[in-house]
Formats: sequence, structure tokens, C-alpha cells
Amino acid sequence: MTDMSTADSLGEPPGETEYQRVQRSPEFQDLRRRFRNFVFPMTALFLVWYFVYVLLANYAHDFMSTRLGDSNITVGLLFGLGQFVSTFVITMLYARWANRRFDAQADELRREIEEGEL
Amino acid sequence: MTSTDIGNPWVNIGIFAAFVLVTLIIVFRASRQNKSAADFYAGGRNFTGPQNGTAIAGDYLSAASFLGICGAIAINGYDGFLYSIGFLVAWLVALLLVAELLRNTGRFTMADVLSFRLKQRPVRMAAALATLLVVFFYLLAQMAGAGGLVALLLGVESRAGQGLVIAVVGALMILYVLVGGMKGTTWVQIIKAVLLIAGSAIMTAWVLAKFGFNLSDLLGAAVDKAGPGGEALLEPGKQYGESAITKLSFLSLALALVLGTAGLPHVLMRFYTVPTAKEARRSVVWAIWLIGIFYLFTLVLGYGAGALVGPEEIMSAPGGVNSAAPLLAFALGGEILLGLISAVAFATILAVVAGLTITAAASFSHDIYANVIKKGKVNADSEVKIARWTVVVIGVVAIVGGIFAQNQNVAFLVALAFAVAASANLPTIVYSLFWKRFNTAGALWSIYGGLISCIVLIVLSPTVSGSETAMFPGADFAVFPLTNPGLVSIPLAFLLGIVGTFASKEKPHPEKFAEMEVRSLTGAGAEKATAKH
Repeated sequence: MTDMSTADSLGEPPGETEYQRVQRSPEFQDLRRRFRNFVFPMTALFLVWYFVYVLLANYAHDFMSTRLGDSNITVGLLFGLGQFVSTFVITMLYARWANRRFDAQADELRREIEEGEL
Repeated sequence: MTSTDIGNPWVNIGIFAAFVLVTLIIVFRASRQNKSAADFYAGGRNFTGPQNGTAIAGDYLSAASFLGICGAIAINGYDGFLYSIGFLVAWLVALLLVAELLRNTGRFTMADVLSFRLKQRPVRMAAALATLLVVFFYLLAQMAGAGGLVALLLGVESRAGQGLVIAVVGALMILYVLVGGMKGTTWVQIIKAVLLIAGSAIMTAWVLAKFGFNLSDLLGAAVDKAGPGGEALLEPGKQYGESAITKLSFLSLALALVLGTAGLPHVLMRFYTVPTAKEARRSVVWAIWLIGIFYLFTLVLGYGAGALVGPEEIMSAPGGVNSAAPLLAFALGGEILLGLISAVAFATILAVVAGLTITAAASFSHDIYANVIKKGKVNADSEVKIARWTVVVIGVVAIVGGIFAQNQNVAFLVALAFAVAASANLPTIVYSLFWKRFNTAGALWSIYGGLISCIVLIVLSPTVSGSETAMFPGADFAVFPLTNPGLVSIPLAFLLGIVGTFASKEKPHPEKFAEMEVRSLTGAGAEKATAKH
């Protein structure tokens, strides 16, 4: 790969490093937007769902203690298992998105940076 | 009942000795390739995602998880289950926000990432102190837990005898880490995780088979066995539902659990043992599956222990709550299964302690010695030498601390470790990865603010004084009513990060942020794996 520090001293516009140039590039901006658009809403989603669950267990005791039919399974247990399901689902969704969509774009950019093409 | 009633201590010791022998051979083989600092701290960065994911599960599923959660479910029912949910969901924070970005920007420790675009020495010092504190509390909890386990499993009742066993565990751990470095430690974690998950899978199937694979019948049997009021086992609030304050305590715990994991230094360090960010992602995906499935097992095992052993018998056993899983093993498969599960529990403590120790050693030698004291002017060999000495010192501290912490209330040590990780570490990690304006003052305010508020609130809480189960039941200076500080200290640390940043006149460094952001997302310039030997 190219040495970034020598690149700095060779004819860069004053005050801007190669990394800053990459950061400004539309390719990188697009990559960053895609990453944040996936990761931030997903984080908000699972945190909200987790705290809804915690608050229900804490403050909606009777609702969470409702038995399903005449079994010993409660609504609370079902919600708890739901947390497992949602965690597994989000994990799979993220891995699939990252493997199929994100990696190719990130690898391409990385190759360009390391070969000094940008 | 006494410990001599259950199982044969020699079977337990024999199976445990076999585990130690096999892992030692593997550690010696792995150590032949330990040459560079990257070998010692990061296992040469040559582990695959699935291997590392299994090792992460091994690191994470500590004795507190296995014995503690099974016991909590057996005794407190539904409220025990809530622990495992917090411990699991927390992994999504690590997966989505931290693992890959950290792998792309750091070398060996959490402080590498935090000091990337901030002033090296003060930030490294703060991050290293936070790391050492979290590790210390976690370590104490494991070692103290070992003492309690011994009473039950090996029939060692005397204080001196338990102290001796703690010393043996500590000495073995020092040997593993010194000889094997991160590579050897990782293999120990992998073997232990496989044993632990396989063992609990067998027990889970066994319990379910006894109830015709009908979860509802199992729950019903646990309720019947608990006697009058047993219905509460199926409902939230048995442990935390007493008053508004205990409910807030629960909320606080839930917050610390979900945000603590992604700030645990020994978990973060595992992301450096793989060659690329993509493998770091695969590690976490594997870890989430293994950890999630394991926690589903503990649900069955906990209620199974409640149904087949019963809360009264569990509470009167020498290990108290922690004895639920071993007692269940004995009820199911007699002394052989008890021996296997006991050996797995010991292996768990050993492996987790080894993982914690190498993290602390890396943090001290790489951050404090090499970068703060020597200002980076130190060669890798002497850094690793210092790390090895640190391992010995930490081992001795853990042994002595473990002997003193025997029979102490260890739950608060684990809660403290998670709360410190969530308040001192996570805000700074998130800010330095995602917030352009963030600066050195913000990091220092957040780390020290989180650290200090956490410790002060714990000291002033009912876990330390003013209640029957406190460390000092005689004294009462518990002015902070919650048993976990997270609800106050975590938001405070996030806030202090913002206030500190805006209060400082430090010039922003857009070029450093650009480098960090570009590298974290693309992986350009990331540390490579060492060549295979």
C-alpha cells in the first residue's frame, strides 16, 4: 500500500490529507450514508423493543402474567422468547446486508485507497 | 445437607484434571508459534470467525452466567430469565456499532481506538485505568465464585482448603497465559465453550424428555415443587417487584447489561484476533447464536432445577443459588454427570480468568508502559516481556483478592464490572467512532466521570451497606437506593462527554477524524494478520 505520510508531503492541497480527500469523495459519502442508514435505525429499533419489554415486565405485571389458554406459558415468557427471536433475526439481516451490499463497496474503496487511485 | 452427600469429589477432580491436561498440551503446541507482540496479544490475528466466535462465547459465558442464571431462574423464576435477555441483546450493540469498526482502527487494546484521534497519553491512561478496573472486579467475582463452588463440588469446606484451590486455579491460569499467550488462551476458551454448550444441551434434552418435551408441564412442575406462592415463578417481579425502588433498580440493571457488553475490554480485545473486519463480524454472529442458544438452555435448566431439585434444597446447599445447575446434574445423571458439569464449571472459571488476565496485561504493558511511560519508544520484545510480568502480578493479585473475597456477595462485583464498562467505556467508544467534534476533554470527562460516579454510587448503595445481604451489614451509609448505578452513571457519562467536549478549547483535528472514519469503514490500513508459520 502507499505510505500515507509521504502522500501528505507530495503536492497535497495545503491542510488536506489523503484521508480527508477520500472522506470528501462521493464514493465514501455514499458508503457512509448506506452504513448509517442501516445501522442506526436498526440500533434504535432493538433498543426500543428491549426497553418496551423491560418496562412491561416492570410495570405491567398482570398483563405479562396472563396465561395462554390453560397452559403455564405466560405472555411475559412469550415476549422474552421474542427478544431471542428478534436478536437472531437482526443478526441475520445485518450479516446478509453486510456480506451482500456493504463489503463489495467497502473493499472497492479500500483497494482504491491502498493503490492510491483516489 | 452437606456437600459430601452429593457426588464423589474424586470423580470431579479426575475429570477436571483431564481437562487441564488436554488444554495444557494444546497450549504448549500453540505456543511454539508465539514470536511477536501480535502473536502474544492477538494470537497472530489468524483465528477464523467461527473459532473466534466460539472463543467469545467461552469468554462471555462465565461461571456467573452458567451457575448464576440457572440458580436465579430456579429461585426467582422469570426475573432470572431477564438477566439472560439483557446479556444477549447487548451483543447487537457490539455487532452493529463496535466490532468491525474497532477491528479496522485498533491494534491490541480498546485504548488504541480511543486514543486514535485524541491526545495519546491522557486518553490511553484513562482508558487503561478503566480497563484494569473492569477486569479487576470481574476477576474478583470469578475467583470468589471459585471458592464457593469448591465447597459444593469438591467437598472442601475449610476456608484454608478453599483458599488453596483458589491458589491452584490462579497458578494454572498464570501458566496458560504465560505459555500460550492469546493463542493458547483462545484455544482454552474454544474447548471450554464447546464442553459447556454440549454439556448443557445434553442436560436440557434430558430435562425436557422427563416432561415429554412439554415446556408448559415443566413450568407447572416447578410451580408445584415450590409450594404455596409458586405461581410467582412464572410472573415478572418475584425478585425486583417489591417496591418502586426495586423496580428502578431492575431498570438500572437492564440498562447496564445491554450497554455493558460492548464496553467489556476482554470482549473488545477478541476482535483483534481475527485477520479482517469481515471475520470480526462472523465472530460476533457465531457468538450471538452460541450465546443465545445457551441462554435458552439455561431457561430449561433453571426451571428444571426448580422442578426436580426444588428451591429449598438449592438454597440450603453449600453453594446456595449457584448450586442449582450442579444439583440438577446430580439429580439427572448421578455422580458422573455431576463430575462432568463440575469440571466444566471449573474450566469456565479458569478460561474466563485467563482471558481477563491477558486483557489486563495487554492494557498495562501496551497502554501504560509502552505508550504512556515510555512514550512509544520501546521495542515489541520488551513490551511483551513487561506483559508477561504483568500476567504474574495480576495472577497473584487475583489469588489474594479471591481468597479475601471468599463468601462475599459477588453479584455486586459483576454488576459493577458491567456498569463501569457501560459508563466509562461505551460512551467514549461511540463518540470517538461517530462524532466528529468529540475531543480529548470530552473523553476524559466521560471516562473519569463514568468511572468515579459508578464507584461512588456502588459504595453508597444497599449492596455495600444498610441491608442484610450487603458487604457490611452492620454499617448503614446507603444514601443511594438502587442496587445498580447504571441508570444514573451511564446517562451522566454520555452527558459529560458532550459537556467536556464543548467546554474545552482544544482545536478539532478533522484530518485525524477523516483518517479514523475512512479506515473504520473501509478497512484501509488495518493491521494485517501475521504470516502463518
